[in-house]
Parts: sequence; C-alpha cells; structure tokens
Amino acid sequence: MKSKETNKSNVSEFFSKIVRRQVFIPIAALLLLAIFNLVTDPSFYKITFGYNSAGNPVLSGNLMTILDSGSELAILAIGMTLVTAATGGQDISVGAAIAISGSVILRVLCGTDSRPETLQAPIIVAFLVACVVAMLFGAFNGVLVAYFKIQPMVATLILFTAGRSIAAWINNNELPIINEPSFGYFGGFIPGIPIPTPFFIAVICMVIIALVLRFTNLGLYTQAVGINESSSRLNGLNPAFIKFLTFVILGLCVAVAGLIKVSRFSTINYSVIAKDIEMDAILAVALGGNALSGGKFSMSASILGAYVIQFLMTTLYKFNVKSDALPAYKAVVVIVLVVLSAPIVREWLSSMWKKIKPEGQGKEVA
Amino acid sequence: MASSNKTSKAGGGLGDRMKNMTDTNLLLTITIVVFFAMYIGAIVFQGKGFLKPQTFFNILNAQAALIITACGMSLVMITGSIDISVGGVVALVSMCSAVYLDFHNGNIFMAVVISLLIGLAFGAVQGFLVAYLDIQPFIVSLAGMFFARGMTTIVNTNPFNVKNEAFVALKETRVIVPGFGSVNKIGKYVDAYVEIGVIVAILVVILLFCVLRWTKLGRGFYAVGGNSQSALMLGINVKRTKFLAHLICGLLAGIGGFVYFMHVGSGSASHASGMEMNAIASSIIGGTMLTGGVGNIIGTFFGVLSLSTIQNIVSSAGLDKAWWTGITIAAMLCLFLVIQSVVMARKKKA
Repeated sequence: MKSKETNKSNVSEFFSKIVRRQVFIPIAALLLLAIFNLVTDPSFYKITFGYNSAGNPVLSGNLMTILDSGSELAILAIGMTLVTAATGGQDISVGAAIAISGSVILRVLCGTDSRPETLQAPIIVAFLVACVVAMLFGAFNGVLVAYFKIQPMVATLILFTAGRSIAAWINNNELPIINEPSFGYFGGFIPGIPIPTPFFIAVICMVIIALVLRFTNLGLYTQAVGINESSSRLNGLNPAFIKFLTFVILGLCVAVAGLIKVSRFSTINYSVIAKDIEMDAILAVALGGNALSGGKFSMSASILGAYVIQFLMTTLYKFNVKSDALPAYKAVVVIVLVVLSAPIVREWLSSMWKKIKPEGQGKEVA
Repeated sequence: MASSNKTSKAGGGLGDRMKNMTDTNLLLTITIVVFFAMYIGAIVFQGKGFLKPQTFFNILNAQAALIITACGMSLVMITGSIDISVGGVVALVSMCSAVYLDFHNGNIFMAVVISLLIGLAFGAVQGFLVAYLDIQPFIVSLAGMFFARGMTTIVNTNPFNVKNEAFVALKETRVIVPGFGSVNKIGKYVDAYVEIGVIVAILVVILLFCVLRWTKLGRGFYAVGGNSQSALMLGINVKRTKFLAHLICGLLAGIGGFVYFMHVGSGSASHASGMEMNAIASSIIGGTMLTGGVGNIIGTFFGVLSLSTIQNIVSSAGLDKAWWTGITIAAMLCLFLVIQSVVMARKKKA
C-alpha cells in the first residue's frame, strides 16, 4: 500500500514536471489535434505512394502536406524566436520581406526578360543575392530597433508598409515566370526522392540552428539581453549588437523561406505571396509557450508550434472550411490554447485540482 | 499646446523650452509642425488643388473612420497595450450592417445598435483576456482579427452595394461648412461640405481628448501605461483601467465601422484591410508610444491627416504607380520614428 502511494506520487510528480516543461504546450496541442483527427476520420493519416505529373515518385497525404507546407513557417519561427527573445518584440515585416527576396530571386534568374527561355544566372547565385538583400533589410530593422531604440513592432511596421511595394518595384511590376524545371525542385520534389524538398530544407535549417545554439553562446546571450538589457551590458555583452544580429539571422531565414515560396509556383504575386505569414510566425512562437515579452526561449517548442498551426489548418481544410473563413476557426483554437496556457488560468486549474484531490486521498488512507 | 506650459515661457531658448515640455506635448508639437509644413509644401509644389478647402474636407471625409479607430488605438496604446483587431471589426461591422439593412430591410437605428454591440463584444472579450487573464494583447487581438475577418466571410461571401433607401439618404447627407466654399470652373459658387461621419469623428476626438486630459479615469490610463506598478500603489484599479481601454477601443471600432460603412455604402470582406496598421501608424506619427504612458488624441488626429495628405500628394503628383504610396508612407513613418527617437534621446541627456 505504501509503495503504491509513493509510486503514485512519483507518477504525479513526473506528470507535473512534464506539464511544467515548455515543450509540453505545443506537444499537448499536437496530440489533441492528432487524437481529434483519429477519432473523427482515421483516413486522415493515410499516405499514398504515387507518381506526379512529371513522372517522379511522390508520397502524398495529409501528413505529407503538413510537413511540406509547414516548412516556411518552421524556418521563420527559428528567426522569430531569436528576435522575440532578444528584443521582447516581434518582426511583423517577414511576409513583406519574403516578397522582396522572392522578387530578387526571380529578377536575378530572369535578367531583363520576364519570360526567359533559359535561366540568366545559376540558382545558387540568385539565392545568395536574395540572402544578402534579405539580410540587409533585416539589418535595417535591426539598426532601427537596436541603435535607435524604436519598439520592434513599430520599427518593422515601416518595412511591412513598404515591402510589397518594393518587391513590385524590383521587377517593374511584371510577373516573371520561370519554365526551368530544376527551379521547381526547392518547392516540390527532387526526382527520385518521394519526400517534399521543403521538408529537407527545414530540417537543414533546424540542424544548423541546433548546432549554433549548442556550440556558440548565441542562445545564452539573446536570453540574457531579453531578460535584462542593462545587467547584460554590465556583464560585458553588447545588447545592441546582439539585437541587431537576431534581426540579421531572421533575414537569412526569410531568404530561405522566400526561395521555397517562389519555387512552389515558379512565379510571384506581390500582394498575395506569404500574406499574413508574419502573424502565423508570431503565433508559432507564442504557441511554443515563449513569452512574447522576451527572455527565455525554447527553439524546439517554437518549431513544434509552427507545425501545430499547419496541422490545424490542414485539419480545417479537410472539413471543407473555405479558405476565407479559415481564420475564424483558427482564432477560436488559438484563444482556447492561449487561455489554457495562461499562468493565471493554470494556477486556478491546479488549485481546483487540489480541492478535488484531498477527498480522493482521504478515502485511500481510510 | 506649447503655450499651455507656463514655465516654458520663462525658460527662454528653444532648448529649455523642449526640456520643460512633457513627452506628450513635445511629440505633439513635432507632429503638428510637420503636418503644416507638409500641407504648405503640397500647396506650393502641387499647385492650387490643395489650396481649395474642399480638398482638405475630402481628406476628412475619406478618413473619418480611420480617425475614430485610431483614437481607440491611441487609447489602448497609452495604457501600454495594443489592439490589432480594429480593421477586422470595421469590416465585420460594415458587412453585418449591410446584410441587416439590405437582406432584412432593417432600420438604421437598429443597424447602429448592432454595430456598437459588435464593437463592444470584441472590446469586452479582448479586454477581459488581456486585463484579467494577463494574456499578451498582441496574441489576443491577433485572434480577434482572425475571428472578425473569418466571420465577415461567413456572414456573407460576396461584396455588394446597399440599396436601402433610408440608408442611401443618410449616406448622401452633406453637412455644409459655411464660409469655406469655392468657385468652380464654370464660375459657380460651390459650398464646401463634410459627411456625417466627420462630425462623429470630431465629436469623438473632442470627447476623448477631454476625458484623457481632465478626468480621473483619463489620467488613470496614462498612469497605468507609464508604470503599472506605481499606478497600482497609487490605488488605481489597473486591471479595470486596462479592461476599460480595450472596451472603449472596441466601441470606437464599432462606431468607426459604421462610419466607414456610411462612407463606402457596401459590405465586403476585403473592406478596411490594413486599417489596423494605418491606425497604429497614425498613432505613432501623432506621438503615441507603443511602450505606453505617452500620447495625445489631438496628435493622433493630425497623424491621420498627415498620413492621408501624403497619400494625396503622391497620387496627385502623377506617381500613379501603386508602389509609391507604400514606399512614401513607410519613408515618412521611418522619418518620424527616427526624429522621435533622436529627440527623446537628446532630451534625456539634457
């Protein structure tokens, strides 16, 4: 009897430990969605093997869709987490910046002709140019935030307003189309590999950021700056530079996401591409349980948060929700998740739990 | 506003004057000076169009809804919070009013009541979540925006014009502004006019200005935004104040929604897209700071005017290529932010 009781308390301790871990929130949300889909329609998880129009072997199914289209969001969530942790604010210009970097890629690939027969430059060159441009725009945001001390949301509002206009201006408001099939690999499938390429790109980004966080002090420094800027300065850090750096890293993430986005369609629509993705990226960070006011962060929780959003959207699409009406359902789920993870509500719930619990324990002892 | 500071007169030089001003008044002065400089610049470089009073009134007519929603936004920003759902609420309100008036043949009074209730509901729920459950306002109002935008398409997908007679009559009502008429090309005297929405907007601006300046509640908003800890120690009910700020912002979004609806006369899911960002931008140009505690409704009013004057200048300068509007507004926003940041930094040093 006694051993049973200690066992039980161990189990409950273990559970409360897990619940207190930050990764718990997105995992719980993911499990909830997974179970919901399993109950309502198990065929949600069916993965079929087939051949696409180009004759390449592909895996298709809802899970593949989630892994495929969640990639950009996951990549952006990496940069957004760092920016949030260091500055206590968010970058709302990532959607516009994706439009710019996508536009740059197409501009370099097409040269002066908007319907080129052959590519005017290697894809890698176009991508590197886009990286430089996106990092420059990230640096612009970073300078405003770090050195002019403007709140991040306000500072990035500038690029948010101008970004899509700049993207249209880069290509002279033309809509270039690329016929080269190899350009489509980044947003589709590489021949012979049945798993969508964006997923691999996202995994590469995750591995890189994991290595960076493991072997450099980036994670430690961003958290230190986010928790207390003046004390980190007194400890010999340069808060302004670290804030600046996080924005440049986000710029790099934007360039990668931009490459995937334009590669998906081999063209660009300036006003629609990556629309509202900034909101989803911030949401991913918040769903990961990271405080949007900065400080400590968990990268894996943010990335999971991004896939939770994509899982939710795919589930809603499956229920034939119109894409225009999608935000309403998303909002309800978001509010429920956020309310449940709010500290005040959690305290209240645990106090309620304690109220119920003594009765059960009392019975057992008796 | 500068004259309201008695000490500044005694102080003498410009530097001393700046030092003695409160943050709010300093930023407000910058805004007003820049607005007048810009408008005069427009008159000089763009010719007679801007000299006509009606051009100015047209700006007011088009931006009445933005003025109202931006006032609510400033209020929320003064308490250190933010509400990005206002654009969605405006779209939802105009769609609901349109459906009610056109499909159900309702009367205008009930449409107004519905608009206000929708706004209040959004404000109350978001205010409760932000103030009492301590959830980050950005996430709460982001969800609010998604919900409002999604509901708008659920209420009705296709955009349509309202043909309700009473409403069309109201929409066409012009309030003549005496003394500002001008002679048109045929030599006929045309009275200057504003729409009803402008009257509502100006009433809102005056009312909110008075509340913020002279009532206990209004000073409470500044106290909570400046430092919620000390506000709590002063005996201000911080949670209730935050809740009220969101409630009023929601109500103003509802009013703004109906005013917007009166101006465009149609319901559409794409209405007021990006309005929340315009409202935030005008508040910032008007000298409200996102960190809270600093801001002024009159400044917001001039912020909206500056924003739309820039748009008018761009379109009348023949830079009809669409991207110029976005780029110029962003450049102006950038300029204002840098000016604010530099001025505040200098002031702190001095």
